[in-house]
Amino acid sequence: MPDERRVTMVTGGPILVEGPVEITLDDGRVVRSDRFVVALCACRRSKTFPFCDTSHRPKHRRGES
Amino acid sequence: MGHIPQPRGPISEGIISALTSGDTRATLPSAGTPDPFGDDLHLSLYVCYELHYQGFDAVDPEWEWDPALLGLRRDLERVYLAALRDGVAGGADVDPVVEELMIDAPGGVSHFLEDKGELWHLREYVVHRSIYHHKEADPHAWVIPRLTGQAKASMVAVEYDEYGGGRADHMHSTLFRGLMRALDLDDSYLAYLDEAPAPMLGVVNMMSMFGLHRSLRGALVGHFAAAEITTSPGAARMTRALKRLGVAETVFFTEHVEADAVHEQVLRRDVIGDLLRREPELTGDVVFGLQATDLVEGRFGAHLLGAWDAGRTSLLEAPHAG
Repeated sequence: MPDERRVTMVTGGPILVEGPVEITLDDGRVVRSDRFVVALCACRRSKTFPFCDTSHRPKHRRGES
Repeated sequence: MGHIPQPRGPISEGIISALTSGDTRATLPSAGTPDPFGDDLHLSLYVCYELHYQGFDAVDPEWEWDPALLGLRRDLERVYLAALRDGVAGGADVDPVVEELMIDAPGGVSHFLEDKGELWHLREYVVHRSIYHHKEADPHAWVIPRLTGQAKASMVAVEYDEYGGGRADHMHSTLFRGLMRALDLDDSYLAYLDEAPAPMLGVVNMMSMFGLHRSLRGALVGHFAAAEITTSPGAARMTRALKRLGVAETVFFTEHVEADAVHEQVLRRDVIGDLLRREPELTGDVVFGLQATDLVEGRFGAHLLGAWDAGRTSLLEAPHAG
């Protein structure tokens, strides 16, 4: 394992953090994940916040309303 | 280990009678020109491939590397592979194909189950998918020796997650068995093989073919990425379908919402990205794997919804239908 924990910011997507991680939320809750990489929601649309559930994806093809 | 299934035509009849004859020199049928999406071809391929997984009760494991059976399998694979290649658009660029797959088009099986599915629809869907989920992640493990560098390391990391991070009770195949038991279904290995029609067998046969052929490693990686991209929103809908139908055992799907959101990113960036930096000539195969997955899953979904819209079962009638 490298000394530094790698964090990857995905444009238009989640923040990828090497696990395991412990995440503290504004309401005082603490959630944990021991997955090798954890995808943290950056768009605040996830129904499983703070984890990404792919809700950031576009709903329509480009050019469609 | 599963029970050898009932044949569905002359090729599967010939293969199954040879495998159960007790004589590894038994004569095998020729492939002929079977329907590339038909039951006889797909049950035949499924039986041939199963010898590389868990095998069957009362079938000599030496059949796995029988040259005549491998030759027949190759003929059947060529029929199926040609039909898959004919059925997709192809392309020289991965990104637009991935972006297309990320559009969550309505009208799929998980939409049906979330909106109006009844318990019998859900049970049928789980019976179909057991043909894959009993060997979840197994076909993809075969690609590991064919990769190098970051693509290999990341593929192994995703597979480790699929296999429960070293804990058997967290393996995705184990979680699926829990769901089957919650629905009063038989969770033993391939218990429902006789009930699964060609559109479901074709999904798994595609994975096995891509996994077993090094020449199709790009297609295997493309397929795996397509599967991981499309399952996360579908799994969220399945979670809601289960809750609506009063099924509390939702962990298989809630795990896939979260896991596949990660796997999608790792597959796209670290597996496909690194593989194509090393072997850019595989781009067309990765595109093929992405599109072929969409094709076979589309055929599977159309089969289920067609049967259900007509008010009939999407499963085959089998001697031990449960």
